[in-house]
Amino acid sequence: MNINFKHEWIETNIGLMAVLTMIAISVGGLVEIAPLFFIDKTIEKVEGVRPYTPLEQRGRDIYMREGCYTCHSQMIRPFRDEKLRYGHYSLAAESQYDHPFQWGSKRTGPDLARVGSKYSNEWHVQHLVAPRSMVPESVMPNYPWLLSTQLDISDTAARMKALRKVGVPYSLSQAEYDANVTKFGETVAKQLHIPAAQKNLVEQANFGNYDGDRSGISEMDALVAYLQMLGTMVDFSKYADDAFVETR
Amino acid sequence: MSEQKPQTVPTTGHVWDGDLQEYNNPLPVWWVYTFYATVIFALVYWTIYPSWPIGKGWIGGVSKITYVNSEGEAKTHSWNTRALLLADLNKAAIAQKPYFDKVEAMSYEQIAKDPEMSGFILSAGKSLFADNCAPCHQAGGQGMVGFFPNLTDDDWQYGGSYEKVHETLMGGRRGYMPAFSEVLNGEQIDQLANYVASLSGGDHDSAKAAAGNTLFHGEAAGCYVCHGGDAKGRQELGAPNLTDNIWLWANVPAAGSAEGKIAAIRGVIASGLNKGVMPAWSARLTPEQIKVLTVYVHELGGGQ
Repeated sequence: MNINFKHEWIETNIGLMAVLTMIAISVGGLVEIAPLFFIDKTIEKVEGVRPYTPLEQRGRDIYMREGCYTCHSQMIRPFRDEKLRYGHYSLAAESQYDHPFQWGSKRTGPDLARVGSKYSNEWHVQHLVAPRSMVPESVMPNYPWLLSTQLDISDTAARMKALRKVGVPYSLSQAEYDANVTKFGETVAKQLHIPAAQKNLVEQANFGNYDGDRSGISEMDALVAYLQMLGTMVDFSKYADDAFVETR
Repeated sequence: MSEQKPQTVPTTGHVWDGDLQEYNNPLPVWWVYTFYATVIFALVYWTIYPSWPIGKGWIGGVSKITYVNSEGEAKTHSWNTRALLLADLNKAAIAQKPYFDKVEAMSYEQIAKDPEMSGFILSAGKSLFADNCAPCHQAGGQGMVGFFPNLTDDDWQYGGSYEKVHETLMGGRRGYMPAFSEVLNGEQIDQLANYVASLSGGDHDSAKAAAGNTLFHGEAAGCYVCHGGDAKGRQELGAPNLTDNIWLWANVPAAGSAEGKIAAIRGVIASGLNKGVMPAWSARLTPEQIKVLTVYVHELGGGQ
């Protein structure tokens, strides 16, 4: 078989050219991304990382709705200044259940990857309502409606189902629940069970009382619950300084 | 399209729409050689730094990073940014080690008296304070009435000794006062508020304050249990001194009128407090950093 290749075929056939252009561009992406799915150490083996509870997940939705990511990153880079200010560098494992991840690309405000339990709930509430009352030089906008708006919890289960479709191990069946018990322990597995989502959310909000107001569940409750969890899942005191070095 | 290319430039040979042709200008020589140079650069780069994925791993590259860690062991890793960070941190730790070793070995009093060490505390403590404490206690430690205590005055919720400040930093604190609207009526709360105002010489109604005095020391309200019979507070419970005219929760200084000041106190008595949460820092900071902060906070002005 003698095929005499001619460049003119491509140049005179827009359909063929589109397909070949797409293939050529994909190669660049594939060689960079695809190997990460096969390399063992892409996601570090680390204890404690779990999917978000229903309340934290709703807080995360509010975080995205309000566009917090446009000014705050959630990615501590392995530099000395970042380590000193924010703490241990972020691990890939810590955002493995994020869809989409909130690494961000710009910091107008500080990085939030490890803001969890750094400040009191009360600080967060006051700071979100009126940032300059806490930090005079802040340029962050006020978010007073978070405190006055009740959280819509009616679609909690539906939101978790959507995340389950993209791979977050929220459980629907007993078998999935049992698998979560094995993987995360019973306390966490209960929080990940979609049929109990709304009950779990209400319980966590009432117990935590994140916004300091017991009369209802505000959007502030959810957002503060989310913020207070950020970066707290991994106990780095259990790992040697260089435990995660060989994974890169 | 103002100038036509000279006809000597060859075309690619393709013709569209009868007369549309494409010139075929060769790339400049410098460009071609630069391109070859980048290829050679890539080959060199691949051998030095981590590059190609192979199976479940990747080529680590010949470049290594070696550093001495805090235990004095020499560690070697193939080049990556995390190893680079460790080398950087350990280098800085070695430079700071003489100071932190001294911090560890010396008592709080010795550190505060030693001119060299207090200079170190001032600079190291200032940046630690700014990163971790200032969001609540403000840059100068002056705090915020209604939210966070002033660290520069003599009034301490939980004690201002080195040991107590250290305890607060390590384990955090959680303030609590019951809501007295559940056990007292509005009149009684008003009487108590007048009594509390009278304790620090504020404007008050004497008759109400006298009734408040009885309530304060009586079993119905039981204020004395936490605030003490002399109302000077009990630091082991975090119950503040009510006689010093230093206000944390009731924003008395901001209230313009005498009635406003009483109302501010009434508000706290009626609804109580379930705030005043200070996070624990033992997991976030190293023991030496906490010791530096202990001395720094103590030296802010009010240390006891």
